[in-house]
Formats: sequence, C-alpha cells, structure tokens
Amino acid sequence: MSKHEITMTINGRRHGGDVEARVSLADFLRDDAGYTGVHLGCEHGVCGACTVIVDGKAVRSCLMLAVQAEGSEVRTAEGLAAPDGALHPVQQAMLDEHALQCGFCTPGVVMTLAALTSDKKKPTEDELLAAMSGHVCRCTGYQGIRRAAKRLAGVELGGKKS
Amino acid sequence: MKPAPFDYVAPATVAEACAMLAEAGGGAAVLAGGQTLMPLLNLRMSQPFIVIDLNKIAELKGITRTNGAIRIGPMTRQCEALSDEMLARHLPVLVQAVSHVGHHQTRNRGTIGGSIALGEPAAELPATAVALSATIELRSTRGARNVPAGEFYLGPYMTALEPDELVTGITFSDWPGGHITLFREVAQRPGDFALVGLVGSLAVVGGKIARVGLAWFGMGPTPIRAKAAEQMLLGHAVGEIDPSAAAERAISDTAPFDDHHASAEYRRTVGKRIFARTLREALDIREAA
Repeated sequence: MSKHEITMTINGRRHGGDVEARVSLADFLRDDAGYTGVHLGCEHGVCGACTVIVDGKAVRSCLMLAVQAEGSEVRTAEGLAAPDGALHPVQQAMLDEHALQCGFCTPGVVMTLAALTSDKKKPTEDELLAAMSGHVCRCTGYQGIRRAAKRLAGVELGGKKS
Repeated sequence: MKPAPFDYVAPATVAEACAMLAEAGGGAAVLAGGQTLMPLLNLRMSQPFIVIDLNKIAELKGITRTNGAIRIGPMTRQCEALSDEMLARHLPVLVQAVSHVGHHQTRNRGTIGGSIALGEPAAELPATAVALSATIELRSTRGARNVPAGEFYLGPYMTALEPDELVTGITFSDWPGGHITLFREVAQRPGDFALVGLVGSLAVVGGKIARVGLAWFGMGPTPIRAKAAEQMLLGHAVGEIDPSAAAERAISDTAPFDDHHASAEYRRTVGKRIFARTLREALDIREAA
C-alpha cells in the first residue's frame, strides 16, 4: 500500500495532503479537503452525483484516484457562485426552473452543465441534453433539469412551464 | 465501497511500464481511463497488489496517419477521438461508435485502448476494430507483436493480451474516400451497453460493392464479424442486393445469449431488422448521391 504526497488547486485554492493510493478523488475532496458538495451515490460511475470539473472537463470523481489529480485544477459545486454569493448562471437556471428537489444529484448536474457552458464553443441544446444522460435523478422526473439545460443553450422557454 | 489497498506507480515510458508489468507477474492492474477498472476496484471485484497507471506515458497518446493507415495511441481519450478532424474525415465510423461509448463524463476520461483491451462483448469499439480489420499492437519485455482484431477477442473480457503485455497502438487501414459507414445500436438508455449492435463500412466502386467489413456487438461472447453476409455482398451490384436476405445470412454468424435485459430470440429478431434497415438506408444514400 503506497502513500503519496499530492497537491492540487481546488476552487482556486491550493490544497495538499498525504493519501493512500486507493483513495478516490471524490473521497479526497470530501474527507481531506472538506468539499462535501461532492456527493457520492453509487461509487461505480453510474449515478453522476460525484461529477466535478478536472482541468476544464466534467469527470466522475469516484472513477479517478486522488493521486491522479496531482497538479490539477479541480472545481466543485462550492466553487461556482461568486465570492459575493451571486449565483453562477447554471445555478440560477436550476433555481428558476425548479430543477431540483432533494438536491442529492444536483452538484453533479450543475458541474456537467458548468463545464459544457464554459467551453468556448457554445453547446447546442442536443449536446446539453445528451450530457444529462450521465446523471440519475430520483425526484424531479428530469423535466426541470431539461428546462434548465435548454435555457442554458439559449432556448426561449416562454411563460408557461411545460 | 472502497478499494482494497494497493500500491500505485505511474511510469513515464512504455519500457518502464512493461518492466513493471513483468515484475508484477500477473498481480497488477493496468489503469488507462479507469472508467471500468475503478468500478471493479471500488466493488472489490478486482484486488490487484499494484496499479500501473499509463496516464503519464506520452508515447501512448495521439492519432497519426501514415502510409494509408491511421494509428491510434491507446491512451487517446474518447472525447479527443470525438473531436479529431482527421478521424472524422478518414475513419468516420469510429467517431460514430465512440459517440455511443458511455456518457459525456466517462468519455472525458475513458480511452480508446482501454475499451479495446477490455473486450466487453457488447461494447462498440472492439466490434469496430473487428469490422474494419484493425491491427492491435502489443508489447512486453519479451518483445512486440501485432494481432489482427479478428483474432484478439477470445471470449467475454478474454483477449489474446498476455498478463505482461500492453496494448501500444491500434491501426486501421484507410478506406476509399466517400465510403459508406453503417452503425446502429439498440440499448435501453443512452450510454448503456448495447442489447444489439451493428457496425461497419462498405465501399461502392462502379456500382458494385468493392469492400465491406461488418461486425455485431452484444450478439455473442465476443464481437462477431458478419462473414457470411459480407461474402454475399462483396462484388455484387448495389441494385442486386436483397437487404432482408443479407440480414438472414448475417444473423447466422451470431451466438446471442439470454440475460435479464433481453432473450437471445429478441436479439436475433431485432438484429435481423436493424441489419436489413441499416443496409437499405446505407445503399439508398449512395444511390441518391
């Protein structure tokens, strides 16, 4: 069992620690760095709740070892809102469209949407909706999440929520 | 669950990785994108004493085209293949296949070589390699060898890869410009493994089928080349082809199984339908052009 000294940037702040090789990035973010917005559901890459942004890309943090993120830029849901508390556009869209109920899957959903909408290329509605297939939500029936994703793709939803 | 304890090494070269694999004597797990290995570790279905991470090996990454062939480094990520312009131009069916592998989030880590080396019988990429007669390059401290994809897959998750060998490249020979791609997959949800899938390419020259490569996935213990159907198509004029008869022939090479997702009978029935429809659509597109 090897131990490794690692350092990464999490939400703009440097964070270091000693980890066993077997510790996942998700567990490191939660237990060592205290970012409990990273939610662990299935721990085998199916549910999507643990999705974070590593070096600009949305990935499952349960399917990556902490030691592999050495030197990386990591973003979690805690790093989305502005320092003054103003919500990130993805958070605002989720709020406005009632895209969450219990909130367990939400941190993963918002990180995928944030990664895709921050890319230089503007994602299409289809791309955003397809990426949502990587998230399981047990409450909302997905319609609120679909509306939030469509809105982020620039689709006019109109007054009536359907 | 959490993985059992293991040691972790991240070699910088293929030679180092091969030396570590040889030394581990079969007790190592090779970590590529991790989108299959990490679940197996987390569930403790795999308990290696050492994990050899290939992510720092630059020579295993990238896509190159030389002498009429495209060579893909196994550590090329699936998301990179999806946005590669050269692949889109010369090997479009592979790009189509990759777009069906897992989800956006897993394709950001998952690699081409990881999927090829794993040998999941319902996966898209092994079948694509078999359909297009790709060559899989393997290396160990004992030397290097090339294995045709058609001989690489031996059973579910069983391949010709020896415990001390690494996949170091996957090579696809060029297809003529304007060739036709065929891809169809039936799955319960986007990102799921296929219940039934068909992948391949065909080239029409002078109104006749000059080259064809087709393979099934999810239709047996390995990807299965649709050899009988290929023989029926090859050299024949497009106007003479009966897609339903070719589908009957294509299904004769499969060996589907019953599982809790679908019965073998369902797979055969749907397989015949999608084969006939995909072939019909592919040839119509050609005729209209």
